[in-house]
Amino acid sequence: MKPKLKLDILLLPLIGILLCIGGWAAIAGKSTTREMVDDWGDKVTKTERHGLAKNLPSPKETWEASKPYIVEPFAKRGELDQGILRFAWLSLKLVAQGYLLALVIGTPIGFLLGLSKNFTKAFDPIIQILRPVSPLAWLPLGMVLFSGLKIADATGRVSFGTSDAAALFTIAICAMWPTVLNTAVGVRAVPQDYLNVAKVLKLSRTKTLFKILIPSALPYMFTGFRLSLGIAWLVIVAVEMLIGKPGVGGFLWQQYNANSFAHIILSILTIGITGFILDRAMSLVEGRFRTA
Amino acid sequence: MSAILELNGVSKSFSGTPVLSNINLTVAEGDFVSIIGYSGTGKSTLINLIAGLLKPDRGSAVFEGAPITGPGPERGIVFQNYSLLPWLTVMENVLLAVAQLFPDLTPSERRERAASYVDMVKLTPAAGKYPKELSGGMRQRVSVARTLAANPRVLLLDEPLSALDALTRATLQDEIADIWQKNRTTVVWITNDPDEALLVADRVVPLLPGRDGATLGEEIPVHIERPRDRRLVVQTPGFKELKLRIIQTLLDAKKDSAATVSRKLPAPDILPEDLGVKRNFSLFDRPSPRRRSQLAREEVNVEVV
Repeated sequence: MKPKLKLDILLLPLIGILLCIGGWAAIAGKSTTREMVDDWGDKVTKTERHGLAKNLPSPKETWEASKPYIVEPFAKRGELDQGILRFAWLSLKLVAQGYLLALVIGTPIGFLLGLSKNFTKAFDPIIQILRPVSPLAWLPLGMVLFSGLKIADATGRVSFGTSDAAALFTIAICAMWPTVLNTAVGVRAVPQDYLNVAKVLKLSRTKTLFKILIPSALPYMFTGFRLSLGIAWLVIVAVEMLIGKPGVGGFLWQQYNANSFAHIILSILTIGITGFILDRAMSLVEGRFRTA
Repeated sequence: MSAILELNGVSKSFSGTPVLSNINLTVAEGDFVSIIGYSGTGKSTLINLIAGLLKPDRGSAVFEGAPITGPGPERGIVFQNYSLLPWLTVMENVLLAVAQLFPDLTPSERRERAASYVDMVKLTPAAGKYPKELSGGMRQRVSVARTLAANPRVLLLDEPLSALDALTRATLQDEIADIWQKNRTTVVWITNDPDEALLVADRVVPLLPGRDGATLGEEIPVHIERPRDRRLVVQTPGFKELKLRIIQTLLDAKKDSAATVSRKLPAPDILPEDLGVKRNFSLFDRPSPRRRSQLAREEVNVEVV
């Protein structure tokens, strides 16, 4: 059984990845260079691209164009010309702030939803309506809400402006919902037995909250936290594209405008891999709390 | 002896279905009463009424002269399913009750007190373990320790041992009876096992099913000397006679009770995610929902000649 298992978890994903790269190479454009004589009799070289998706760079071209960003992942050559991990780091910092905001706001709302039927009846419809709203729709509202906000640092440069506040607002409000809903489910799922123990011991409301409700709902809450992080990471790219902040998303949009298509693929892969690592790291934490 | 607990004409029904009707019970201080009945006759409802987790529809439940309005630590209850908090160790589960009931004690005094109750149920070696690491019998011991740690005036046990195997059950019956002999706390013990009722209680009250809800039958006093050695007691003609009387009473009542309708309902195929199982971290494997139809089935090879 052992060798078969190895094959399953290593070889098969590898085959899958190779197949995808093969498909990518097949549809990518190829460039051919011809030498020809033009109407004035001069010799010129002409490069033409052809293929299914003419402008899509092939895997090899992507690698060659991305090399400077990968080999020096932390280089800073300019505001929008930095190493790819430096960009990822900038994005992660913004995500972390917005995500924390989402947890701080979302968890208490989840508890209120889980504990009070009337609160649920009053606010559940609003939540259901706001939940599917795209980050692209929230960002302009954030810009309006925080317009004119300027917090300057010691040197007088604006360190936290309208667009920063709008970005945080957007990430927080989009990433909040899984935390809200999962916390509510977790609180509703607290076994009646545990609540009976609290009743018989006559625990106060605060004690019941901290000694019974929170520990019991924690596995559910962490599932919500993990899903929220995934959404926060999803939102960051859109936000950065819109406000032009340096980060993976900002880089992606800038490279599109610069017709540098290989870097778009680099950005997409970076976003995907970072998201994957975040998700796995969160499930690692989540698994620790699944000891009900 | 004065009555510590009194139920007068108590009735209870759930959404129109009568469960208990006209329950009258008087428990004196230091009494050891066992209530015996079939599963589903309302034994748990009865004990929840005494505990204050439920309110009677009619009649009154009086504890120490005052009507029972809600649950309280003076009526400690040991639940059938242990109801231990899984994120706390044995010691912490007991400490929770001690900290709540004796807020004036210093932390070290609380620990000492909790430790004495853990010791009383012989769990000192397992004090640092979590409930999931314990066997069913050990869990129920923790539950008993936690309830006793709250220093209750009445100890209510709701089929405390029915989830345990016969051997563990016997051991725990003896242990709880021992603890009772030392503390002389009033005990109301609910059970469905005539042997258990006769081995632990001073009097056995049958809960008899009826058309308008269950009601208490005539009580059967148990005059067997303590400490009761189960090996000797079960062989005595007195014990056998009492057991027969209990069984006869219960059987007679069943004959008169309403016929039940049984219906088969299909169970949903998808099972809830088992949060009790620690999920192993895996990089690429994503868990899929558990299905009833995919549960491991036992396979038996049969040779046909």
